[in-house]
Amino acid sequence: MEMELLAAGFGGQGVLMIGQLVALSAVDENKFALFFPSYGPAMRGGTANCIVIIGDKPIGSPILNEHEHVIVMNNPSFTKFEPLVKKGGHLYVNSSLVSEKSTRSDIQVHYIDANDLAGKAGANVAANIVMLGSLLKVSHFSAYEIAEKWIQKKFAGKGEKVVKINLSALKAGFEKA
Amino acid sequence: MGEKILMKGAEVLGESAIKAGCRLFFGYPITPQNEAPSYMAKRLPEVGGVFVQAESEVAAINMLYGAAASGHRVMTSSSSPGISLMQEGISYIAGAQLPVVLVNVMRGGPGLGNIGPAQGDYFQSVKPGGNGDYHLITLAPMNLQEQIDLIYDAFELADEYRNPAMVLTDGLLGQIMEAVEFHREKDLSSLPAKPWATTGINHRKKNLISSFDLDYDRLEAINHQIQDKYRIVKEKEVRYESYFADDAEVILVAYGTTGRICKAVVDILRSEKYSVGLLRPISLWPFPEKILQQLAQKSTTKGFLVVELSAGQMVEDVKISVNGVKPIHFHGRMGGNVPSPKEIIDIIKTIQWEGK
Repeated sequence: MEMELLAAGFGGQGVLMIGQLVALSAVDENKFALFFPSYGPAMRGGTANCIVIIGDKPIGSPILNEHEHVIVMNNPSFTKFEPLVKKGGHLYVNSSLVSEKSTRSDIQVHYIDANDLAGKAGANVAANIVMLGSLLKVSHFSAYEIAEKWIQKKFAGKGEKVVKINLSALKAGFEKA
Repeated sequence: MGEKILMKGAEVLGESAIKAGCRLFFGYPITPQNEAPSYMAKRLPEVGGVFVQAESEVAAINMLYGAAASGHRVMTSSSSPGISLMQEGISYIAGAQLPVVLVNVMRGGPGLGNIGPAQGDYFQSVKPGGNGDYHLITLAPMNLQEQIDLIYDAFELADEYRNPAMVLTDGLLGQIMEAVEFHREKDLSSLPAKPWATTGINHRKKNLISSFDLDYDRLEAINHQIQDKYRIVKEKEVRYESYFADDAEVILVAYGTTGRICKAVVDILRSEKYSVGLLRPISLWPFPEKILQQLAQKSTTKGFLVVELSAGQMVEDVKISVNGVKPIHFHGRMGGNVPSPKEIIDIIKTIQWEGK
């Protein structure tokens, strides 16, 4: 099984975190994984995206023309990456912030009101984890419990409350997709 | 060991060096390899080593010179403009015949360029960049697992030949994370003896380490000795991966990140019954000349396509090896851009491949 993901948004939306959690969960299940970040010098406000490829064999080219799963967190990312979803692939749109709708009929589009769902889970900055939950439901990049484990590990330093919010965000995204 | 972990390329550089018995690191920060010195600053004290952030790359390479003279396994890593600043020191180290490991995480150039992946420092590494007749044993990994192996081997080769070894990577390999396993760890008690090292005189003859000799004949003799050493390196240490190249009509030649992408290209085109193979140099110096000569002689081979993240540097060594026997085409990207498999496939399909 192989899975390719591109996650894009503006800096601060946690798209690199999405990618890292996918890669960490996959490696935990003894798969091969490659995480390729691309971002400007700014921590917030600039654009950021990452590519993650996981599979049962060593990963080939880190550069791809199109992607099986694409997560877009804001409007510019939608414009840039919607055309790059592979035929038959999945596009996950953060509909809380992205006003546009896809006109493509050869892909499956999942509109997730990630910021709103994250807000209900306790903090709308967890929108990235909502999207991760939806991706997990559709792509099965790992077992649910493994993804939960890595969220716990990654956010442990920020306190129990933050861990709880993110676990709820994962669940909300998983149920929405 | 033996367990897959997800690590960033620049951090893998650091851990690989520690596994190879390196306990001294001197460097100066530069993107896209900052995680390497930062990792070493944290890790080296844990294993009884020392990390020094020098005041500049010029200072770092000279600290390396001194530390290598004392017989320890030492490393520095930097990126293109930083490696340029080190060239004088590297030449001195080669002249003094000291084993050090250098890592260049190549970025866009010339000048300050940018922080994207590039392979524009090929000439600087293999020809090489400092003054005088010397070579760097230059190894180029295509992924992080191979990077672990080549860092380890670079330390072994540097010690064996008393010569600096360069591991040449790029901004992509520096920044990606991959699942890796560390298979080998050097037992520090098994490090090779270095009777030439300046360890403090204790009932032995004085050791002198220098790249300086005013006597013309003596300096010429030293040069001959160094060149004799290089002949052995060229004979024994050539490394490459030949991937479906044996019976291929079209042979791609690429190293490092582009080698990895070209390998994916071969997989895609072979599935379309297209006769393509890859010759991926792993040692850039010594360069795999002989195998390229042999492939050029084959009646099945129609020609070569060299792909680099440069305006065309390694392609010159391919031309020397192939020596006009078959046509050689080139595709290069610069400025931090990396070609996709599709881009390379399109180029392969537009070239008129005619048997000669």
